[in-house]
Amino acid sequence: MTDSRPVLTMTGISKSFPGVRALHNVDFRLFPGEVHALMGENGAGKSTLIKVLTGVYGIDEGTITLGDEQVAFSGPMQASAAGVSTVYQEVNLCPNLSVAENIFIGREPRLLGAVRWGEVRRRARQLLTRLDLDIDVTAPVASYSLAVQQMVAIARAIDVQARVLILDEPTSSLDATEVAQLFRVMRQLRDEGIAILFVTHFLDQVYGIADRITVLRNGTLVGEYPIAELPQLALVEKMIGKELDVLERLEEQPRRELAAVEGGTPFVAVSELGRKGAVAPFSLTIHAGEVVGLAGLLGSGRTEAARLFFGADRADRGEVTVNGKPTSLRNPVQAIEYGIGFCSENRRAEGIIPDLSVRENMILAMQAARGWLRPIPRRRQDELVEQYIKALSIRPANPDVPVRNLSGGNQQKVLLARWLITEPRLLILDEPTRGIDIGAKAEIQKLVVQLSDGGMAVLFISAELEEVLRLSHKVAVMRDREMVAQLDNDDTVDAERVMQTIASGSTRKEASQ
Amino acid sequence: MNERLRSMASHRLFWPVAVLVVMLAVNTIYRPGFLAVEVNNGHLYGTPIDILRLSAPLILVGLGMTLVISTGGIDLSVGSICAISGAIACLHISQAPDQNSLVTVFTALAMALGAALVLGAWNGVLVSVIGIQPIIATLILMVAGRGLAQLVTEGQIITINSGPYRALGLGHLLTLPLAIFIALGAALLIAALTRRTALGMIIESVGGNREASRLAGIRSARMVFLVYVVSAACAAVAGFMMTANVSSADGNNAGLWVELDAILAVVIGGTSLAGGRFYLSGTILGALIIQTLTTTVYAMNISPQTALLFKAVVVIAVCLIQAPEFRAKLGRRRRGGPPSPSSAPQPQKEEVTA
Amino acid sequence: MSTTSLTTGPRWARLPRRHVPVLVTLALLLVMYGIGVSQYRAFSNVQVIFNVFIDNGFLLVVAVGMTFVILTGGIDLSVGSVVAMTAMVSAWLLESGLPALPVLIIALLIGPTLGFLMGCAIHFFDIQPFIVTLAGMFFARGMCTFISDSSIRITDGFWTTMAQYRIGDPRGNFVSVSVLIAFAVVLIAAYVLAYTRLGRNVYAIGGNPQSALLMGLPVGRTRIAVYTISGLCSAIGGILLSFYTLSGAPLIAVGMELDVIAAVVIGGTVLTGGSGYVFGTVLGVLVLGVIQTLITFDGSLNSWWTKIVIGGLLFAFILFQRLIGIRYK
Repeated sequence: MTDSRPVLTMTGISKSFPGVRALHNVDFRLFPGEVHALMGENGAGKSTLIKVLTGVYGIDEGTITLGDEQVAFSGPMQASAAGVSTVYQEVNLCPNLSVAENIFIGREPRLLGAVRWGEVRRRARQLLTRLDLDIDVTAPVASYSLAVQQMVAIARAIDVQARVLILDEPTSSLDATEVAQLFRVMRQLRDEGIAILFVTHFLDQVYGIADRITVLRNGTLVGEYPIAELPQLALVEKMIGKELDVLERLEEQPRRELAAVEGGTPFVAVSELGRKGAVAPFSLTIHAGEVVGLAGLLGSGRTEAARLFFGADRADRGEVTVNGKPTSLRNPVQAIEYGIGFCSENRRAEGIIPDLSVRENMILAMQAARGWLRPIPRRRQDELVEQYIKALSIRPANPDVPVRNLSGGNQQKVLLARWLITEPRLLILDEPTRGIDIGAKAEIQKLVVQLSDGGMAVLFISAELEEVLRLSHKVAVMRDREMVAQLDNDDTVDAERVMQTIASGSTRKEASQ
Repeated sequence: MNERLRSMASHRLFWPVAVLVVMLAVNTIYRPGFLAVEVNNGHLYGTPIDILRLSAPLILVGLGMTLVISTGGIDLSVGSICAISGAIACLHISQAPDQNSLVTVFTALAMALGAALVLGAWNGVLVSVIGIQPIIATLILMVAGRGLAQLVTEGQIITINSGPYRALGLGHLLTLPLAIFIALGAALLIAALTRRTALGMIIESVGGNREASRLAGIRSARMVFLVYVVSAACAAVAGFMMTANVSSADGNNAGLWVELDAILAVVIGGTSLAGGRFYLSGTILGALIIQTLTTTVYAMNISPQTALLFKAVVVIAVCLIQAPEFRAKLGRRRRGGPPSPSSAPQPQKEEVTA
Repeated sequence: MSTTSLTTGPRWARLPRRHVPVLVTLALLLVMYGIGVSQYRAFSNVQVIFNVFIDNGFLLVVAVGMTFVILTGGIDLSVGSVVAMTAMVSAWLLESGLPALPVLIIALLIGPTLGFLMGCAIHFFDIQPFIVTLAGMFFARGMCTFISDSSIRITDGFWTTMAQYRIGDPRGNFVSVSVLIAFAVVLIAAYVLAYTRLGRNVYAIGGNPQSALLMGLPVGRTRIAVYTISGLCSAIGGILLSFYTLSGAPLIAVGMELDVIAAVVIGGTVLTGGSGYVFGTVLGVLVLGVIQTLITFDGSLNSWWTKIVIGGLLFAFILFQRLIGIRYK
């Protein structure tokens, strides 16, 4: 780490979208020769900050200074020409082109208009050698692993004399050895004086590579810390924050009684269920009337685990019993037959059918289970839809508007209604309260309690610990794609303890060599 | 009153209906007898009746195509399937000792329909099981199907002399051409199948968001397979009509380009090529518009090929009206405004167009 | 630290993969030619091969243009009609007494102009290429009959010279001027695709359009360019066709787009874009030509077998492309 002047300074940055204040008065600085981690939960404003920096979005207020000049880029191309290059989570390369070409396309060395392929290959090799990567530069990029592709993308980024390299979640689909390889390259670039802005959700990785951490929460700056001064627990606290006072004031739920539901055959029991590349094998039981919370940061494997329960992805190992009978959950149709429902965290891509009406979206799962030959009679539809519009106070209370016209919270409630109509025995809720307003949040929480009191099993996933703790009988803690602990939610458990588990319960020290 | 007009104009069938009315009006001004219908021999005759009769095959093909497009697919092979089914039916009839026997005609129809179902299943398997893009998967049969049709007819034009078969295209029932009833019957059948059961909603759901449909427990692949079979069946019946109209089967020209007209009819009818909501009534209107256009051009003594010029204009106009980009550009004043976070990937497009 | 372990699979296994489809087509062509030679004595005559080129020169040129479009993941249905329109316009202008040179220039401008407009509609309004080029197809075919309902003969001296001029060796084997023009088009196209930024951008867009955008490539300009190029190739093809038939006919080259697409796919270009070579397209056109020649030689097989065989090959190649996994999307 060098103590020179920052290469990049962002001061007082504010950015609003219609209805959302994405960034509010955020300061950020980046020194040459450091790896600077930008941390925050979903919606904290990390990606907005990066997009503002690279010119994808304009800024409402504030200044950006690169070197000595104040800059306002018109887009990523201009930014990279000025030495600010970005490598995204999904590798943005053309898989069909060769490694060398991917590095140079758009700025190939030419002679009289003709691309000088020899020169392209030579310079590509040179560049990759600098990254300590010895691969065949004439092979198509698609024939290499993601890690190598990531490295090629970095090579492309630094070829333009980059002063600032932004790595936006580059590690999310890499395994431990690949991450180690990437870190080696990052260290090398850092030692060459490049400033690296690193975004990740993996805590271990932050402590394995970063020199300094900036934490954002809800679009505001929490603070900038040298890595040594911010232990993991403190980091988690700062990321998650204590912003839930509004909910605290809601009717305080008593601690959930465990005795009532424990014992007897669990409704679903999985043992050593896992899927390569998604989530490490884990075991979990859920009883009727029990709420099991899955806690963990974003990307910790919560969603991946839930999808295995529903057959949305097929597990490649492990056993499942439903009602004591061994079975396997191969696809959603089968899971639904067992009485399992699944509200995806990705409402837009995996939940709503935007063109269809509220009514159709609500009855879809029930209709699918009945088969197309037995349509739900209109009167029954009206009853069901009216009942749930009222029960969940969905606005507008018109069943015939296309669901895409509803707000996020109301879309979420429509999806909840879709599954409640099927009267499931286990309902999997993946981040049901994310991105919706406080009122709707409280309603959904209340509903979960009611449902489990009525005998429904619920697998509840949320990044908000308070919420998980308030609702669950049992909390399973996920970290880095592994289930690291299961805690009965009794008096000894509080947010502090769960945070500690998230922060320290590591069983595998990847890439922190 | 104004309010009412506006709500009418926003109805999805407003523009197709308006276009049809304008075309009819222009025709009537140009040729005052255009809309006249007269009774002759107990049958109704007149240009409007002709338009209805001639559009029957297109309506049939269009109905099947609507379902296919609703799932986000496309079926280019319907023209070939028309030709094959017409050829098989005519071949069987031409070889029968008594071409007027009802048994012969029904056997012929059943055989041809069976063959069409097999071809539809072939398309369905390629798209839903093997996972080939619909446009490519059906292109195979579009090319090879013409050859198959000629194989059936051995390159000849099979001429038949069968009263019952001829009736499919030219016969009358209750003073109206039989073809109109067949098309209407198919439309009602498909409407009943999709709208009286949950089939329509499930198809729309698959076309609207395939992954979400899967997670809601819908067997998406099965639905996709089904629509290609239905489309082929519709094409087969249309093929019967086309060949019955001329009492002969021409493997080369029967149903030529009907797939393009059908896609056009579907798009005019308001069903998006991207899939999702489908409108059977819109497709029927679209088919009527296309046929009226052809008839108009005929009536004005312009060659039918030149009608393609008008068709080109209609295609572009309809597509532009439907294209969100075009609407956005028409209404664009405040360029470069902040994109809402919900449509975050949008702004990337801007840099290139700028 | 062994970095090579990060690659997937040994080198020999992955290097040729892009070339496999072209090699398979080449093998197929050789097998078909072998069958021809072994069955019919006259087949071994060099002139048979030359005739395949003479008969399919215009198809080859159009297929080269289509290769550009398909490499970006698009499709151009208008080619057959544009070929016909170009021939028609030339015949009509010549009939009306215009000299050959201005006719050539005008005829060669129509195709690219239409292609440019279609490219603009596709890019700026985000309408599917399928629909836009369908409209282009209707428009061009309509223009043909708008000009004349019946075919127009060409008697112009330049045209007849081009039709009859033979370039050959002393033994009497010859090719027409059109074949040389077609070869020139192939060579230029191959150069453009392999050695210019435009060509490389075509591949990049076909590989992953979003990435191409983020890498700062001129996606819109390239997309418009490929439809313009396809229009230009169709126009050249139309001129060659008018050399060949010495007439402009309103219904000529109907359905040609299917042959062209088939030739490109059989030549190993992946319909989803990003992978393929002009050389493959040449082979694809030759496969179609040899099939036709074989069927002509056989005499007992009828012309419709051509379509069935082409359809079968199309299926085989698409399935094959899927199996070896050349599908980068």
